[in-house]
Amino acid sequence: MPSFIELRHVTKTYRTLQDEDLLALQDVSFDIGKGEFVSIVGTSGCGKTTLLKIVAGLIPHSGGEVLIGGSSVEGPRRDIGFVFQQPVLLPWRTVLENTLLPIEVMGLPLEQYRERAHEILDMVGLTDFADRYPFELSGGMQQRVSITRALVFEPDVLLMDEPFGALDAMTREAMNLELLRIWSKSGKTVLFVTHSISEAIFLSDRVVALTPRPGRLADTVEVDLPRPRRLDLMQTEAFGKLAKRIRSLLGIKEELGGIE
Amino acid sequence: MKRLLTREWLYSIGLLAVLLVIWEVSVKYLEIPFFLLPPPSGVLMSLQGGFAESLTSRVGFYLHTYYTVSEALLGFLIGSGSGMILGTLIAQSRFVGKVLLPYIVAFQSLPKVALAPLLIVWFGVGMTSKVVIVAMLTFFPLLVNSIAGFESVDPDRLEMMRSFKATPWQIFRKVRFPSALPFIFAGLSMAIVYSLIGAIVGEFIGGRHGLGILILQMNFNMDMQGVFSVFVVLSVIGIVFYSAMQFIERRVVFWTARSRDVTGL
Repeated sequence: MPSFIELRHVTKTYRTLQDEDLLALQDVSFDIGKGEFVSIVGTSGCGKTTLLKIVAGLIPHSGGEVLIGGSSVEGPRRDIGFVFQQPVLLPWRTVLENTLLPIEVMGLPLEQYRERAHEILDMVGLTDFADRYPFELSGGMQQRVSITRALVFEPDVLLMDEPFGALDAMTREAMNLELLRIWSKSGKTVLFVTHSISEAIFLSDRVVALTPRPGRLADTVEVDLPRPRRLDLMQTEAFGKLAKRIRSLLGIKEELGGIE
Repeated sequence: MKRLLTREWLYSIGLLAVLLVIWEVSVKYLEIPFFLLPPPSGVLMSLQGGFAESLTSRVGFYLHTYYTVSEALLGFLIGSGSGMILGTLIAQSRFVGKVLLPYIVAFQSLPKVALAPLLIVWFGVGMTSKVVIVAMLTFFPLLVNSIAGFESVDPDRLEMMRSFKATPWQIFRKVRFPSALPFIFAGLSMAIVYSLIGAIVGEFIGGRHGLGILILQMNFNMDMQGVFSVFVVLSVIGIVFYSAMQFIERRVVFWTARSRDVTGL
């Protein structure tokens, strides 16, 4: 598969308050093919969110290069939809108005995209909530609105930063199935950050494991499980093997927990 | 407003009735002199008298109410308006904010009514001096709250806008200003109350018209019933001011918990 997103030796150093340089990401390189679903896993503080925001152009990198569709990422771009950890909806706007926010900002024809927004809201099961306000929705529904907001302007790439981390386990599983359905319909290239190994395996074609501090590429693991995927896939032996492999890459011991 | 007459309201009104009866009865039986504390029935008579006067009478309520309300509202518009604009401008630059902060704190801690006598000298005994006093009182709640409002904008919202390549002006219009609005309205609710205080204090120090002047005249004539009747008029004006502000607030910043939870007034 030809690569669509390319990370070449991406490095990020932060300047601390004590004027020391802190290495957050070191020499991270990997490729993502068009239409592929790739997850980044790692323990908290390994720099996976930083890496995702570098790909989005929201944070500048200190070294290396990120290319999307052959062009270098120098700042935020309009071929990327970003889904944050929190829904970050504007409470004074209805679901539809929140969805259309990027259209307004980008100066695209509103009338034309209103139809498109309704289509996506249908796709995520929010047909009847278009005119509701965010405070009238549950957490899972709010996060779905933030996904529609990232999809409405039809970006090629969807970057997702632990979007379901704040949801309860059952809602989270439902959202995972939903996301796979949306992804298979829309054909977007997805880069998904999570600290849940099983979530990463369940969703992805490939899982990128990052080591803790500084974040370095431990390895990428191919997930050769059949699609469409069902929740009972998580109980299979193949799934367990992949999880075990990723745990060992992250330095997590199998018994008595803990990180080496 | 879902229910206008809730149970709490009925109890509030009932409590008022009980208190008025106790007041009336105790003034009568304890033989308290009328110039110390008039009975509610006397106050009611003065109220009727005040409203029975012509629109331009100097002993009736209408003329004085017109002056006091005009001073308060005009000063409120000028003071809170300029406070909001300046606060918004200051909040756009961290540097300017830090340079001006000591001055803001110094003025903030100064009791503004202390300047009232000086302002009467500068602007005369007419309406202008009262409007200036009110404007000064209402300026600071808006200045401080606007700055606080803009500084408390959720950084996630700004990053979300940045992810769409929004311009600074788009970010201001679509996110920062509406995010600051609940703070600005909290300032306006404070300022509307201050506006009436400022007008009355200004009139006390020097003036020809206004409910503050009416209070002084009645006090001088030992007409305590009259003084109390002006208190009633003033508190009604205060309630109308505050309720109007709340009414607007609930409609404009409808998404805040404060707007959704407030039961009655």
